[in-house]
Amino acid sequence: MRDAIIEIRDLWFSFNSIPVLKEVNLTVRRGDFIALLGPNGGGKTTLLKLMLGLLRPDRGSIKVFNEPAGKSTHRIGYMPQHLDFNQSFPISVLDVVLMGKLRPGKGWSRYSHKDKLAAQKAMEQMEMWEFRNRRVGELSGGQQQRVFIARALVDEPEVLFLDEPTASVDTKHQTDLFDILKELNKTVTIIVVSHDVGIVSSHVKSVACVNQQLFYHDDSEITQEMLEMAYQCCPVDLVAHGMPHRVLQEHEDND
Amino acid sequence: MLEALQFEFMRNALLAGLLTSVACGVIGTFVVVNRIVFLSGGIAHAAYGGIGLAFFFGLPFVVGTMGFALLVAMVMAVVTLKARHRSDTIIGVLWAIGMALGVILLDLTPGYNVDLMSFLFGSILTVPTSDLWLMLVMNILILLTVGYFYNDFLALSYDEDFAKVRGVRVEVLYFLLLAMVALSVVMIIRIVGLILVIALLTIPPYIAEKYSGSLRAMMFLSFLLSCFFTMVGLWISYFFNLTSGATIIMVAGVCFFISLFLELLRTRRPFSSGN
Repeated sequence: MRDAIIEIRDLWFSFNSIPVLKEVNLTVRRGDFIALLGPNGGGKTTLLKLMLGLLRPDRGSIKVFNEPAGKSTHRIGYMPQHLDFNQSFPISVLDVVLMGKLRPGKGWSRYSHKDKLAAQKAMEQMEMWEFRNRRVGELSGGQQQRVFIARALVDEPEVLFLDEPTASVDTKHQTDLFDILKELNKTVTIIVVSHDVGIVSSHVKSVACVNQQLFYHDDSEITQEMLEMAYQCCPVDLVAHGMPHRVLQEHEDND
Repeated sequence: MLEALQFEFMRNALLAGLLTSVACGVIGTFVVVNRIVFLSGGIAHAAYGGIGLAFFFGLPFVVGTMGFALLVAMVMAVVTLKARHRSDTIIGVLWAIGMALGVILLDLTPGYNVDLMSFLFGSILTVPTSDLWLMLVMNILILLTVGYFYNDFLALSYDEDFAKVRGVRVEVLYFLLLAMVALSVVMIIRIVGLILVIALLTIPPYIAEKYSGSLRAMMFLSFLLSCFFTMVGLWISYFFNLTSGATIIMVAGVCFFISLFLELLRTRRPFSSGN
């Protein structure tokens, strides 16, 4: 069996004493490509931030590379939600990507030639090298997403976390982006937060629906039951996506 | 024009303006991109409590204001980190309490007859040489700190979560940043007074941001703009016998609106080019 990269056991998290996540269990193995689906406010991004160590659980444990979350910084690539960025910030594409090579506390350190070569490689992979001297705020939404993926990739992480990578991108670019991720998945484990059921099901290897609780399915097929559990009052019409209906069991029952 | 330079007070005023511009450029840039303008205003006004303390206990002006401004900055750092969603209210409260403390302490100080206006609107024409040395030392401290942690500060300012994931100790850097804001505020109070500190800390970086390709360039351009505003403001106030601090801010304000107007022209152009 492939080794477990992330192990979440009986995780609970609340914000201002309002429960956000309840008894979440999840094991991510090397080579996985998992999508976290769910309604807005269902806790997808919160779960991602817990795995990154940006938030601390109330109860339960999260181990990333057998260490508490937030310790293995150099083995992780992260792409935050696009909405959070200050578009008028004066920073070039190259400087954003180099941020992925940041070694904190190393004073006076300018980025080395090796860092710049790694940045060039990541930008070429994302087809953004020609934009290296442009201000990030001037680029289109899709181009910015590529820059942030390049930044997440530049330090050659073993696991990549992406938060809504296709938000504010048109359908054509969404497919392109997931094609790139599928290609990357040959070497990198990927966990992606998304709200787009259609695109996820044709690209990822497995799906977890998050709505306070986590419903995991070791297959990219998404069932009507699963979505109804996750979305509750607003079931998605699955016939349109041509997906088979299969009964899903909660992950803890599978153990 | 040059005959004004034969007066020592005028030479000191020009040097004080130049030295303050370094802090305005570097720290003002962080204040603008991190959106801590309100917080910086809070530190500036609360620093009035420091002026009150200095007079009440007979301490040197700089010791009182700097000590108190640093204390307030650290309290604000704790508050904004722990209770982010209520931080603006608490900053507003500290802002008012600091000023009230200053007023009451000055009431209680026997024989107090210092010109209050000089703290509210600055006193660039009475900067002694010793203050220039102090400003130089503070500038060197700020430049060394920012130079040493430049990449870390850049990551913190642009994308705090990403910085954390990379292992940057963002809390420590945030305290450091607010401490530098406090130092800068105390320096700028000398030039334009505590009421106008925010203008000199934000207008140059705001204009510079549009024309800069990097944070470093934004800092340098803000420095140049700040120099320009203080120099031009100083000359105008000298020849027309106006309050120097307010004149400097008016020069900055006029340039602020010119930059807004130019920005409007620049963004309108694509629509009118079809005609």
